[in-house]
Amino acid sequence: MTSTSRKAYGVKGAPYAFLMPATVLFLLFFALPIGYAVWLSFRKVKVSGLGLGSGARKEVWAGLENYTDALTDNELVAGALRVLGYGCIVVPVMLGLALLFALMLDSEKVRLAPVTRLAIFLPYAIPGVVAALLWGFLYLPDVSPFYFVLEKLGLPQPDLLDGGPLYLALSNIAVWGGTGFNMIVIYTSLQAIPTEVYEAARLDGATPLQIALRIKIPMVAPSLVLTFFFSIIATLQVFNEPTTLKPLTNSVSTTWSPLMKVYQDAFGKGDIYAAAAQATIIALATLLLSFGFLRAANRRNKQEASR
Amino acid sequence: MSSLAVGKADTAADAAPGTDRSRPPLRRRIALIPTVTLLLGALYCLLPVAWVVIAATKSGSELFSTFTFLPGTGFTDNFADLSAYRDGVYWQWMGNSALYAGLGALLSTVVSAFSGYALAIYRFRGREAMFNVLLAGVLMPPVILAIPQYLLLAKADLTDSYLSVLLPQILSPYGVYLSRIYAAAAVPADVVEAGRMDGASEWRIFTRVALPMMVPGMVTVFLFQFVAIWNNFLLPYIMLSDDERFPITLGLYTLLEQGANTPALYTLVITGAFLAVLPLVALFLVIQRFWSLDLLSGAVKS
Repeated sequence: MTSTSRKAYGVKGAPYAFLMPATVLFLLFFALPIGYAVWLSFRKVKVSGLGLGSGARKEVWAGLENYTDALTDNELVAGALRVLGYGCIVVPVMLGLALLFALMLDSEKVRLAPVTRLAIFLPYAIPGVVAALLWGFLYLPDVSPFYFVLEKLGLPQPDLLDGGPLYLALSNIAVWGGTGFNMIVIYTSLQAIPTEVYEAARLDGATPLQIALRIKIPMVAPSLVLTFFFSIIATLQVFNEPTTLKPLTNSVSTTWSPLMKVYQDAFGKGDIYAAAAQATIIALATLLLSFGFLRAANRRNKQEASR
Repeated sequence: MSSLAVGKADTAADAAPGTDRSRPPLRRRIALIPTVTLLLGALYCLLPVAWVVIAATKSGSELFSTFTFLPGTGFTDNFADLSAYRDGVYWQWMGNSALYAGLGALLSTVVSAFSGYALAIYRFRGREAMFNVLLAGVLMPPVILAIPQYLLLAKADLTDSYLSVLLPQILSPYGVYLSRIYAAAAVPADVVEAGRMDGASEWRIFTRVALPMMVPGMVTVFLFQFVAIWNNFLLPYIMLSDDERFPITLGLYTLLEQGANTPALYTLVITGAFLAVLPLVALFLVIQRFWSLDLLSGAVKS
């Protein structure tokens, strides 16, 4: 009797014991830093007198001051708009290509599918910094093959690292790095569709294009939603690529994206309070956007299901 | 079913009797489009890689004077120069990356396996709440975590150390998520129950029965984390200042920063980038045979 009750206790306690390492790490490296950032965002340093001496700089309560400052900060808003423009290129192009390649891989009689699948997925293994570095060199007129070809053809040679083309240049790096992973996700769900589903349509004389548009795409909609969701999050957090291109061009400022601005304020200017407030705003915006999107997607799915 | 068989034959599209006459030529055309589309995609994805492979063979003067895709003669010199740069700090970076990614991914896999198993097998109070809270970690932009992490680690006097890069990366929400899905699929509940009937402890059931069943999934979690940590730039960028502890991503970045204004350093940066890509590409080619890519997204379906 005692042994069974002890065992029952063991079963009850076991999941908590197994979850202990994750819980401790979560508290130390997720919950505590987030709480600390939120707390800092409501603080500021008050300098008394000339700011000399140890007691001259005091941390005081700031209320919402850091938040109003952040929301009226032109550079932060401009950075958000830049990232929005960048995201409007990256997300549709990357997911469009990923879907296209996945459908092509899934089509009949396609040759070389395993090799091309691996080649398209390969950029996933390459660090964002190295990807930005490689493309950065390919954008440099001195070493780029594109400029070589343009020059031979006598065509104009645009500066890819400035103005409007800079958005395309940066977007291209993200598209290059992300298409393969999303392609695999979509391709996997395409493979999960039983062939009988479109066998009937095929017998009715539907073309592969019709099958792709009317049957395959609607059936992989859930994984499209998921890839879209993760792409939005990744786009909002863009940091590595513009940071890596920065040494190659003057058009990427240290505050190009909102996260770069947070970094710059925290370590460049040393104003961790302003940085914490901006970081909190970005985190909230990320949460709102992603959950808003998931809810909208769910609602559409339900509507379609009820039709 | 007959059309499927036809689909697999190479050029036999016109040999399918009984199918609609207007379809064979159309099918043949469509089959060409996917192949060409995929080849173009592969070309696009391989282009920068091919470029860096060739550019790494060029000497400083060849880089600017010869056609981009013409191999040069300077690879051994570039290699020697890179190895000699600042007393071989480049190889130190590579070693650091291997340490961060190898040890970090190993610890991460262990933590994920524990958590995923607990979340999949046991029914207990607060299970879904715990899972959701862990998953919410995915949504946190890394900078937003890394800055307060830095400030807190600075209080513990741990910044600019190996631990400051290693510790924050052990818990991976995505790893926990994959492990849960995988444990639920691979470990049948009655096997666990049978172990309990035999009087085995929960720990023993986990290590002797469940863990071996979870190995393929855990390999995926390990590789996923290995790539994620190897490719991480932001966390070491924030945490480290001593370049003896830099991982390769951060090292290359500083090299580029110095080299941007001195074209003489370009060849070092390019050769460095080429060598930095090699281990991961090699790892990829070796493991893709048995690494279930599908598992990465297999989680998506459920």
